[in-house]
Amino acid sequence: MLLFIEQCLNGLQFGLLLFLLAAGLTLVFGIMDLVNLAHGSLYMLGAYFAATFAALTDSFLLGILLGLAATLVVGMTVEVVALRRLYGRDHLDHVLGTFGLILFFNEVVRFFWGPAGLNLPLPSWLNRSIEVLPGVPYSAYRFSIIVVALVVAFLLYVVVMRTRIGMLIRAGASNREMVSALGVNIQLLYTLVFGLGAALAGLAGIMQAPILTAQIGMGENILILAFVVIIIGGIGSIRGALVASMFVGLVDTVGRAFLPDLLKLFLTPAAASTAGPALSSMLIYVLMAIVLVVRPEGLFPAARR
Amino acid sequence: MRGKFLAVAAISAIAAGPAVAQNKPIKIGFISTFSGPTAVIGNDMRNSFELALDHLGRKMGGAPVEIIYEDDQQKPEVGVQKTQKLIESDKVDFIVGYIWSNVLLASLKPAVDSKTFLITANAGPSQLAGELCSPYVFSTSWQNDQTPEAMGLYMNQKGVKTAFLIGPNYAAGKDMLAGVAATFKGQVIGQELTKWPDQLDFSAELSKARAAKPDAIFVFYPGAAGVQFLNQYAQMGLKGQIPLYTAFTIDETTLPRQKELAIGVPGAQEWVNDLPNEQNKKFVADYKAKHKTGPSFYGAQSYDAVNLINSAVVAVKGDTSKKEDMRKEMEKANFKSVRGNFKYGPNHVPIQNFYLQDVVKQGDDFVLKTVSTIVENSQDRFHSKCTMK
Repeated sequence: MLLFIEQCLNGLQFGLLLFLLAAGLTLVFGIMDLVNLAHGSLYMLGAYFAATFAALTDSFLLGILLGLAATLVVGMTVEVVALRRLYGRDHLDHVLGTFGLILFFNEVVRFFWGPAGLNLPLPSWLNRSIEVLPGVPYSAYRFSIIVVALVVAFLLYVVVMRTRIGMLIRAGASNREMVSALGVNIQLLYTLVFGLGAALAGLAGIMQAPILTAQIGMGENILILAFVVIIIGGIGSIRGALVASMFVGLVDTVGRAFLPDLLKLFLTPAAASTAGPALSSMLIYVLMAIVLVVRPEGLFPAARR
Repeated sequence: MRGKFLAVAAISAIAAGPAVAQNKPIKIGFISTFSGPTAVIGNDMRNSFELALDHLGRKMGGAPVEIIYEDDQQKPEVGVQKTQKLIESDKVDFIVGYIWSNVLLASLKPAVDSKTFLITANAGPSQLAGELCSPYVFSTSWQNDQTPEAMGLYMNQKGVKTAFLIGPNYAAGKDMLAGVAATFKGQVIGQELTKWPDQLDFSAELSKARAAKPDAIFVFYPGAAGVQFLNQYAQMGLKGQIPLYTAFTIDETTLPRQKELAIGVPGAQEWVNDLPNEQNKKFVADYKAKHKTGPSFYGAQSYDAVNLINSAVVAVKGDTSKKEDMRKEMEKANFKSVRGNFKYGPNHVPIQNFYLQDVVKQGDDFVLKTVSTIVENSQDRFHSKCTMK
């Protein structure tokens, strides 16, 4: 039972990390109608910047803040320099263009940081185990990821639901042409939204860096999961991204943890240990397929196109 | 007049004949991973390979050596393509390399069917030592199970009664966990295979391991995954609680990033940088002088591959068409290996010692040191399945 709670916490942490990545992606896709494959590269850059600044300033927190700022700057620069040309074009053009950006960023990172990858070591006050519930020890750092991600989710909710800028974002997600026709500076809005998305992606990368270490191409695998999340949750909807990412994170982690044991009940141990990991990694995509069949526009669709 | 001219021309052609054959370059194809996070390993292998060639004066049996490097991107489908290219397009005499067991298994058929010699400088899948063995395939590394078998013996020595095994779900991962289970006399209370190479977050598996309360955890995660595993293991607070026993998880390519997390975590290996034979001292010293860091076991195995090929080429005096003679020479393992002398089993897998390695801090650096010999002249347990034709 306690193991189940611990695995649920693991799933929650993974889900919230996905949420940070998916929130930015869904905003950019929903408002700017831009399929941004380079989102994963911003995730990677966040991790590399944070690791570099933390090493330079010898402070974990300062490294995170500077890394976040640097990713924000890079994100907005990429939007102004490269992505502006892609607006209004076919999604396939977006895919090609941003895929090129992925390759570009991978090589830039290799050029500046070498192929080996970077560590972001945790300060001692985070690098230990705490008891979140009696008898359930959990990594202090992973717990802090849950806390930070929930705070960010709350802030995002406040910004999107209770401020003027948030209103413009929601309006843009619903009906872009109307917002532009009402005289809003759509260029600025796009740059800001992209910057927000980049900052969220960078934060996800930074928080993941102490666990997974910064590696070239680290964004590519998790980007696929982020796309699955926004498809399930509904494009343009942050609430959908939150619900879907929780779901995906829990299904993936708890499935990975308990499916092999479940299979051992009616398969031989050798077959179960082969089928278990394979099936559990398929679960998320099966889930996505079911959602696409039952409710193709996602669980909480934002736009009426 | 014309007759004399023709005669002179004919004699010069015949005289020039053998000389041309002697200068025909020895073509070697080298397949490893040179992109992505595990490029560190490929670079180490390439550096060691080049160093070995430099030590030989870049000639084997008087003939110059030509090397073609190819990147398998850690993917079996790319590995087999590159292998085919090397055989059919570049027409190499030898293929060396292969870090990953799944890439090697995929690339085996083109090499064996074309009767091209393949020297694996790392991967050692159990199938290759058994039913898939071939007269054209040699290993300068080991068979995957040998190293964890040694670690299992060490775990017995330390009185470990229950163990939890964690590894990646591909050919080598399965071999490693099976290898430990083969020699470990205690009880294996749990086994987890993770998705490879995508899954880098081991929280679910570590939680399960902790809940099972084993005496020890055995782990196999090569390359960057080893760094990530040790990080997460420490973050979960397991470092003081459950001792860790490893194979191929801590080596010179990962140690610079694992640092103090690797201290006190034992590993088993057939080669450690401080083995006291002359060839090894020269190899490590020259590598450090050229590259500032020390070589890893991947590099040591690549260095040995060069000398294995050289022994064969020298025996046939540069005539690489004499494949039977080259094979017979290579089977003798008649070269100075950096791990000390070893013999080949009937399946062309080395019968060799395995040493216990541990990490110590020297000044600001972390280095690997040999602690003891775990087992001598260990042979893989699949050789009886090999019926070499």
